[in-house]
Amino acid sequence: MDWLLHAGDDPVHKLLLMLIAIGLFVALMAIILFVVDRPRNPARWFVGFGFTGVALLLLLAGLVYPAVLTIWTSFLRRNSGDFIGLDNYARAFTEPQFLVVLGNTALWVLVAPFVATFLGLVYAYVVDRSRFEKLAKGLVFLPMAISMVGASIIWKFVYEFKPQGVEQTGLLNQFLVWLGGEPQQWLLSRPLNTFLIMVVFVWIQTGFAMTLLSASIKAIPTDITEAARLDGVSGFGMFWRITIPSIRPALVVVLTTIAMTTLKTFDIVRTMTAGQFGTSIVALEFYDQGFRQQDAGMAAALAVLLFVIVVPVVVYNVRQQRKVEEIR
Amino acid sequence: MTTTTPQVPTVRPPASGIGSRARKARKALTSPWASTLAIVIAVLWTVPTVGLLVTSFRPELDIRTSGWWTVFGDAFAGEGVFSLRNYETALYGSSTNMIEFFVNSFVVTLPAVFIPITIALLAAYGFAWIDFKGRDILFIAVFALQVVPIQITLVPLLSAYVDLGINGTFWTIWLSHSIFALPLAIFLLHNFMKDVPRSLVEAARVDGAGHVKIFFQVMMPLLTPAIAAFAIFQFLWVWNDLLVALVMGDLRTFPLTVRIAELAGSRGGDWHVLSAGAFISMVVPVIVFLALQRYFVRGMLAGAVKG
Repeated sequence: MDWLLHAGDDPVHKLLLMLIAIGLFVALMAIILFVVDRPRNPARWFVGFGFTGVALLLLLAGLVYPAVLTIWTSFLRRNSGDFIGLDNYARAFTEPQFLVVLGNTALWVLVAPFVATFLGLVYAYVVDRSRFEKLAKGLVFLPMAISMVGASIIWKFVYEFKPQGVEQTGLLNQFLVWLGGEPQQWLLSRPLNTFLIMVVFVWIQTGFAMTLLSASIKAIPTDITEAARLDGVSGFGMFWRITIPSIRPALVVVLTTIAMTTLKTFDIVRTMTAGQFGTSIVALEFYDQGFRQQDAGMAAALAVLLFVIVVPVVVYNVRQQRKVEEIR
Repeated sequence: MTTTTPQVPTVRPPASGIGSRARKARKALTSPWASTLAIVIAVLWTVPTVGLLVTSFRPELDIRTSGWWTVFGDAFAGEGVFSLRNYETALYGSSTNMIEFFVNSFVVTLPAVFIPITIALLAAYGFAWIDFKGRDILFIAVFALQVVPIQITLVPLLSAYVDLGINGTFWTIWLSHSIFALPLAIFLLHNFMKDVPRSLVEAARVDGAGHVKIFFQVMMPLLTPAIAAFAIFQFLWVWNDLLVALVMGDLRTFPLTVRIAELAGSRGGDWHVLSAGAFISMVVPVIVFLALQRYFVRGMLAGAVKG
């Protein structure tokens, strides 16, 4: 039994375990399907449950039940189990440490999605149907493939600091020196550091915005653009008065989707500054409270807070998505 | 963009699709502002990566004492030194030992992609083609579960694993990733399955095929692109994940992301290991991504975005 649970340090053991897991899973599924297929005239609920049952049970036990438990925990003191009502939430909205976190989160949601969407839109519009379209898009798209940790390391190197007089190894400081300035400890200076960390996020998400918006730009009927052109609209007017209104629903979907991602992202801040120097955001603070400070109550409150902020964004997103589909 | 020379709207013969495309292409390239902006963005999106990539091949001492951009001058003068030394240190050095974490990434990812897709395929078929009682309400419930941020489930899940005595094993990571993937996977695959013409399913049923047979012989072949699209998403999601790996795992299960995040904290100045390590963690997803980009884009346009 222990052999099946813990793989230890042995890579062969780990790989074997992986194959066993897949094998066991396939066997389980085969048994379920076999049983479902067995009766000649099975009841519908029986077949229906055979197909959907595993998923439903997993979701109930692994998503619904833990979520309810977390909501309950958010009303408890630390790990003692004493009911303290809304105290954790009150702390989140009054203690300076958490106010910084909430402020940063608001800043992230208000800035990052818009910048990423704006850059993605402009880029998609400019390279649309140009000779280098494929390559140009590929360059901006590629950061989507790598981890946020990897992206953070790439940018941390750009922000690298060496004291004045020593040769700089970070690109940003080198530019500053070339221009005659003094090298800066970028990630230590508030509030600039939050924006510099956002750059990493924008760098990743712009490719997403570009791809979706590019598809909707291409879907604008040519008669519309032709008619506008015959009316003498061109250049910026074309972009502002024809392109933007035509892809409005797609723009909203992109904005809200990125906003959702923004709220849940914690990897970037954790890798760049570990939330120090006033850069923490709710998703990271949740991790710190829950798994470093061992304050389950506070962590739960922050997770619930995250949930409460995300819901309206998702609802709006889904409604706009419907609109986009209707247009298609 | 504002400086595009206004095209004189003369009377033209009705423009064909191709003609207007060609004209528009000329427009985009002749507008200097637009082109400059595109180039600036393209450069900004490439240079940081190139910088770290170049760095990963430089000797440790050089990395500490001069910027990576100096190598281009050095290489021209015949003084540039490049080697795979950093990669060797990162992969096999006793203090970094990335190769072990590479194995972990692989072991974590494969089942965490295969299992949820299989479960979701079955469930999606059930919701799309089996008319059982309570189906609609259950499907709406699954759809709504996409709202739940995984953060809200982590602490109770972890304590449940501890109670079962399986915490810190690969099993909990596979299970967690599978659960978290389900709402989106079911929703997406359901949409694809709904699009399969009813006549095909009816024809199979007339031939005496049961649901299991229809699932394997009618649905599976038609759904390959959809499966590929979601598989890439899930692959990138799991391979690049930090949160689940960090919370659910321990030193023996940590994937590359955790290791590199840790190095960035504890050895933040050791750019020779960090740069090589970062690229070791990126190489697999980038290859998969480039090879299957077509499906990725298709999936993304179908709404396959994990929030």
